Amino acid sequence: MKILTGNDLKTGAVTWWTGVGWSLDVNDAADVGEDGAKIIAREEGVQNVFAAYVIDGEKTAAKDGWTVRPAHIKDRIRALGPTVRPDLTLKPSDPEAVNWVI
Amino acid sequence: MYKYDSYDQQMVDTRVAEFRDQVRRRLSGELTEEQFRPLRLQNGLYLQLHAYMLRVAVPYGTLNSAQMTVLGDIADKYDRGYGHFTTRQNIQYNWIKLEDTPDILADLAKVEMHAIQTSGNCIRNISSDQYAGAAADEVVDPRPYAELLRQWSSFHPEFLTLPRKFKIAVIASETDRAAMRLHDIGIKMVRNPAGEIGAQFYAGGGMGRTPMIGPMIREFVPLDQLITYSEACLRVYNRYGRRDNKYKARIKILVHELGKDEYTRQVEEEFAHLLGQGIEPPLAELERIKQYFVDPAFEAGASDELDLSDPDFRLWVERNTHAHKQAGYVIANVSLKPVGGIPGDASADQIRLMAQLAKDYSFDELRVTHAQNIVFPHVKKADLYTLWKALDEAGLGIANLDTLGDIIACPGLDYCSLANARSIPVAQKISERFGSAEKQAEIGELKLKISGCINACGHHHAGHIGILGVDKKGVENYQLLLGGCEGADTSLGKITGPGFDENGIVDAVEKATEVYLSNKQDGERFLDTYRRIGMDPFKEAIYG
Repeated sequence: MKILTGNDLKTGAVTWWTGVGWSLDVNDAADVGEDGAKIIAREEGVQNVFAAYVIDGEKTAAKDGWTVRPAHIKDRIRALGPTVRPDLTLKPSDPEAVNWVI
Repeated sequence: MYKYDSYDQQMVDTRVAEFRDQVRRRLSGELTEEQFRPLRLQNGLYLQLHAYMLRVAVPYGTLNSAQMTVLGDIADKYDRGYGHFTTRQNIQYNWIKLEDTPDILADLAKVEMHAIQTSGNCIRNISSDQYAGAAADEVVDPRPYAELLRQWSSFHPEFLTLPRKFKIAVIASETDRAAMRLHDIGIKMVRNPAGEIGAQFYAGGGMGRTPMIGPMIREFVPLDQLITYSEACLRVYNRYGRRDNKYKARIKILVHELGKDEYTRQVEEEFAHLLGQGIEPPLAELERIKQYFVDPAFEAGASDELDLSDPDFRLWVERNTHAHKQAGYVIANVSLKPVGGIPGDASADQIRLMAQLAKDYSFDELRVTHAQNIVFPHVKKADLYTLWKALDEAGLGIANLDTLGDIIACPGLDYCSLANARSIPVAQKISERFGSAEKQAEIGELKLKISGCINACGHHHAGHIGILGVDKKGVENYQLLLGGCEGADTSLGKITGPGFDENGIVDAVEKATEVYLSNKQDGERFLDTYRRIGMDPFKEAIYG
């Protein structure tokens, strides 16, 4: 699948295109197919995000629904947060979160 | 320490107001990111892997307590409670909000600090010896010259759009503690046979993807020509440095391709031309600056006695202190490398504590080192134990300076958008494996430096042991280098062979230390043994 990521203009936080808006959680990312460039042009035009780009991802079943995982380690670290500061990641209480990155 | 005059303050205050308006226009949509990006970078505001990152300049690594306190307060008020001290003697904050940035810069301006020229193709923050003004082995305090160069290079209209970034280091002792020859321009203050102070110039050094040791291009530049000669060096680079290929745009490529002699000839020609242009500031300005760097009021006759009955304190004294030029005083190094910790990180509380301790015990002065540590430059020996106790209670009393625990590591893929591999987890694993005092005592001085990409912010080329993280088909891989050194005998490390995964590189480092321990002769450091026996025994042990 193709997913779209960018940074929130005000905070710089990593965001993911959900199909209708932006989310901090990569699991909310929608498959943008071939529409990435069109969405980027529209969203950057209205100043919601910047530095947006399309990446490869994979959607797999998980016990509590679906999980979306970027294909490259750099984007997985972007999605989670610094592996050396679990307390500052999006999943501070999940001891397995770092394994998801690697 | 230097104090801003009205011109300095006005420059910084004006820039804060200007950037506040630029941020307002960006947030309102008047400016696109394409238009805004160069403006934010001119104010040290990057976009990194997770958020905006602000890099704050610490000129030649020197800070006073009020400045250090503000750095801690910024970490609390605008970031996530910590800061990261860098290999350029600066500090970075990793979680900055764009809308807060003008207020942060205003807070910095109140204590004569800024983030100007910490990014972009300009002359960056000038680095220097962290022991400047305190070391017994210096010819002269290098900081007044670094300050003069800072003033010359700040907003220099001709050098704000160079082919690439430009880094200058100024030192004044034979023991190079600032990696001077690995800078675009390295300046060593020297005394000539007539007893006059002047500047020895080196040009074309650097790390990155094409590491080079800068050759000496002039043995002695008189003090009243220091700026003119610097201008000539920059002008030749600005005119002929490559702008068509960013990977070949640094001055080291120009000096290498022209050859040292031809580059020097062109600099001398430009220098002769510039001497008639009257660009050199009057020596009175240098004298004015020097007044800010006079020695603090050392106590005459202060005792050299130290009670070393506490074994942990004794170890810290042996490992983390350095001889001071003044009897009864010592230079104290605070390691920001706890076992398993993140090199260079300090919490807001730790930063403020160090500020207070500097006020109480080091004449209000601190230094940031390129090895990502903090220095108290002027500590009375009678106060040293009290200082160490206070540091130790805050997790800052670690005795590991220049050992395998004192690792330089760039932020790597955990934070940096340019990185290919993580640096910090490797540093943590190595520091854990070699964390015991016994192990570090057995191995002794061994400088290990890790970069998460070829840009070499972690100085891996200059490590006795260097580690370079690369991306191998989407998987982190680590190359091992041996034999680098940043000191007076600067050398570049050589790659041992194929790379390793994260655990494999830690094992490889251990094997390298075993080769050293089984081959070392009396008094030899790891580097000395490597230089004597060469690469082969290490390769044999590492790759079998």
